[in-house]
Order: sequence, then structure tokens, then C-alpha cells
Amino acid sequence: MKQVLAVLAVVAAIVAIWYAACIPMNIKGVLTEVERAGAEVVPAGAKERRDMNEFALAARNSFAIPATWAQDRPRLPAPHQVVAELWETTVKKKITSKRSLVYHGWVTLSATILGFAIGTGLGILLAVGIVHSRVMDMSVMPWAIVSQTIPIIALAPMIIVVLYSVGVQGIIPKAVISAYLSFFPVVVGMVKGLRSPDMMQLDLLRTYNATNAQRFWKLRLPASMPYLFASLKIGIAASLVGAIVGELPTGAVAGLGARLLAGSYYGQTVQIWSALFAAAILAACLVGLLGLIERVVLKRMGMAQ
Amino acid sequence: MNTESNTQPVIEARQLDLVFQTNDGPVQALRDVNLTVNKGDFVSFIGPSGCGKTTFLRCVAALETPTGGSLSVNGMTPDEARRNRAYGYVFQAAGLYPWRTIAKNIKLPLEIMGYSRDEQEERVRKVLELVDLKGFGEKFPWQLSGGMQQRASIARALAFDADILLMDEPFGALDEIVRDHLNEQLLALWARTEKTIGFVTHSIPEAVYLSTKIVVMSPRPGRITDVIDSPLPKERPLDIRDTPEFIEVAHRVREGLRAGHLDD
Repeated sequence: MKQVLAVLAVVAAIVAIWYAACIPMNIKGVLTEVERAGAEVVPAGAKERRDMNEFALAARNSFAIPATWAQDRPRLPAPHQVVAELWETTVKKKITSKRSLVYHGWVTLSATILGFAIGTGLGILLAVGIVHSRVMDMSVMPWAIVSQTIPIIALAPMIIVVLYSVGVQGIIPKAVISAYLSFFPVVVGMVKGLRSPDMMQLDLLRTYNATNAQRFWKLRLPASMPYLFASLKIGIAASLVGAIVGELPTGAVAGLGARLLAGSYYGQTVQIWSALFAAAILAACLVGLLGLIERVVLKRMGMAQ
Repeated sequence: MNTESNTQPVIEARQLDLVFQTNDGPVQALRDVNLTVNKGDFVSFIGPSGCGKTTFLRCVAALETPTGGSLSVNGMTPDEARRNRAYGYVFQAAGLYPWRTIAKNIKLPLEIMGYSRDEQEERVRKVLELVDLKGFGEKFPWQLSGGMQQRASIARALAFDADILLMDEPFGALDEIVRDHLNEQLLALWARTEKTIGFVTHSIPEAVYLSTKIVVMSPRPGRITDVIDSPLPKERPLDIRDTPEFIEVAHRVREGLRAGHLDD
């Protein structure tokens, strides 16, 4: 109960700060609008107000404050506007509609899942190679690290252009960018996990004269499971970011990234914020789902108490 | 097994040397170690840390390679013996896999060695009974106490019928009462299975209580200072530790340990 209260208190504080922030962010736009509609504003004239402090303006025109939470195209939309837009574009729209966030979310999600699958598979393979071969350890690991230092926003357009020029388009380029971001945490986590058995456990298998394959399947792989799941949770979130970034440079027509882009073209801040929230909720659901699978798997393995 | 190998020593070390190359230069872990262990012996290795008792056991198990002298196990080189699965090894920690039940942990060596499923079941049943863990097969390691876990690890070492059992301070991390109990059980198990046991410890009472042969070692360089053939009978109730014979042997072990230290 106490925990629930604490969580609710934090949420309430965030919402309150958000509402409060809407006032200075939107007050100038609101005042221009109401003045144009014939209301009396101090001081009169948008030019006069341009360099004035937003808080002072809000204090002197307090009648306009409620309007800062109800603009059509606010600089910062209020929480209820974002919630309303989310409701509007998820529940009320048909999911086949081009304006449905469920439709856009699915476009992004499918690329995310494909990229995550490729990234995870690649990550596990690389980790197995790194753990078993000193040459791979020394040659692959530095490149894997370097690959993550390049801003993906710079790399994404080139991946798309290069793949397009060889005739690959659609979901694949986005999935490749997703995979590019998600393989890394899997490599790092799996290398750590596959190396987690201590000397004693390795010696024990040596006394049984176990083969390398037996050592891998019976010791290293099961021992790496908790590490794998920790990595997968980071990897899936990175995958989603990759898929969204992959939708930006092409001016894609569908996907959460496309919604973000279209929103910024037309100054539709409410649309941008609701797409952002949709992405965050989607990521939370994916991480939560992986957490659930982790619990079930580790419990069945007897590793969760 | 032919008749010759019955009379042959199980473990025979002649002028065994082991030098570790470390960053601080060479370290003489074992020097001129000569030892003969016969079939059915219970040999304890006792000495302060750094005396090479664990290292010697690891040499027998082919987990370390001696740099000089000769060492044979069942008449073979240690590595051949390892590949023939001549011994079961019990480490300081139980080292059970947390993702396997006790029964499945005991099956681990059996799976690796390719025993049939029925055979595996049969052997698990047998060794669980042997270490007094009947009915705990389906439990996971964390559900068992430390002493029970160590018993399970002994069962795992016994499961594949190696006639040598090497134990590296198996009860070192357990409290006195549990330790007494396990020592008693280990003797009973040894009497029943007639295995040859190599047992590393740094407890004098433990060494004297368990062994037919006590090897006293001392450090820098690791070497044998005394080998005591115990005069105690094979039947040993726990209160044998109050008899004059027991105290006599313990005294000799202590003297041996002290002599090793006087050289420093």
C-alpha cells in the first residue's frame, strides 16, 4: 500500500510539473490568439510581449492560463491533450486507418521484432565465438565496441541508401538498424554469462573428461541464462529505438517514426507527444513481456527461488 | 582388472617436482615428493596453506602437470587415468549446478560418460542412499543445507564407480558438528565401497580420525615432512578421539607440522 502511494505521488508530481510548465511555454501563443479574438491583453501587441518574461505575462493575464492547456498546436501540450490524442488514435480509430497509432505501432513493432531476432541471434553467435576463440576475442570485441560509438542517426540513412541501392527496402533496412543496436548488449551479456562458470566448475568437467561441446551445452549455456535475459531487456528497447530511427531519414509513410516526422513537419505537437508516449508504452510492454518470460524460464530452471 | 594391478600401488609419486612460473619468478610448489598409496588406503594430506597438499591432489587428478619426477595413477600417467575416469573429485565447495535438481546434478557425470537412462536412474538411486540423501533427488541445491549439498557432491563423485576418490577439503566450510557427522558417514562409506581415498584437510583431528595414512606437509617449498601409518583400528566410533592411541597420533602430526615450520 505504501509503495502504491509512493508511486502515485511520483506520478502526481510529474503531472503537476508538466501542467505548470505548460503555462510559460504556451502563454505567448495563447495571448496572441485571444488578442486576435478580441480580448484585452496587457501589454497589447505581440511585438511588445516578445521579449517579456513568460511568468510575468502569465501573472498579468491570469485569465488566459486555462487556455494554455487547451491550444490546438501548443508548444507543450498538456497531459490530458496527449491522453485524449492517444485514446483517439488507438481505441477510437479503426486499426486499418492511416491515422491509427495501433497501425503505426505495428509497423514499427514488426521491424523491431525482426531486428531484435537478428540482433540477438548474431549477438549470441558472436559471444560463443569470442568465448571459444582468443583470435575472435581480440578481433571482434573492439569492433563491436567501436560500432556502438557511431551515432545511429548518422549511420541509419547510409544503411538505408546502401540497402536500397542493392534492391532491399521495406522492413529489412529498419530491422538491420534495429539489429545493429540490439546485438551489442547481447554480445556483452552473453560473453560475461558464458564465462561466468568458475575454475572449479570447469575443473570438475575436466575430471569427467568432458568434450568442449558438452562443456558448452551442460555448463556454459545454462549458466549464461540470467545474463542473457538482462541483455535481452536492454536489447529490445534498443531495437525499438533503432526501428524508429530507421523510419526517420526515409520520410517513411508508416510507423511511429513517421508519425514523429509528420508531426514535426506540420507543427502537430500533440501528435508528436502521443507518438512518443506510444513508443515508450510499447517499449515498456516489450521489456515487461521479456521480464515475464525470464521469470518463467528461470523458475523452470530452478534458478529463481 | 588383472591380478598384477591389485598388488600395484594405486598412486605412486617418485621425486615429484612442480614449479609454477609466476610474475614474481618461479615458485616451488612441490619438491621431491615420494609417496606410495595402496589400494583401499585412506590417505590424508595435512599442512598449512601453501604446503602443496591441494597441488599434489590436483597433480594426481591431472589438473596440474608436474615439472619433474614421476607420478603414476593405477599404473598409468595421471592424464591417461583422467581420461579413463579413474577417480572422482570432490572440491572445497559443493559446486552443484543451481539449474539442476540433486538427482540431475548426480546424473551430470553419467550423461557425459554416456550411461543409459535406466542405468543413470539406478545409479542415482544407489548413491543417494549411500550418502543418506534418499528422497532429496528432486530438490534444487538451494533447498538443501551446506552439509547436504556437500554430501550430494560426494554422491556425484561416487556415481560413476571410479575406485579412487580425491577430496580437497570437502568439509572445510562446514561447522564442527556437521563435520563430525560427515566424517563418521565418510568412514562408513569408505568401509562399504573399499575405495582408495585421498583427502586434503588442515584439521588434525579430522586427519587422524579418518586416515590409515597421514601425510604431513610443510610449505616453501611444498614437501612431505612425515608419513604416519595410523595404528588405529578400521572400526572407529567418534569417541575413539579420546583414546591414548588417537592422542598419540595427533601429537605426532602436530610435531611434524611444527618441524616443518622450524625451517623458516
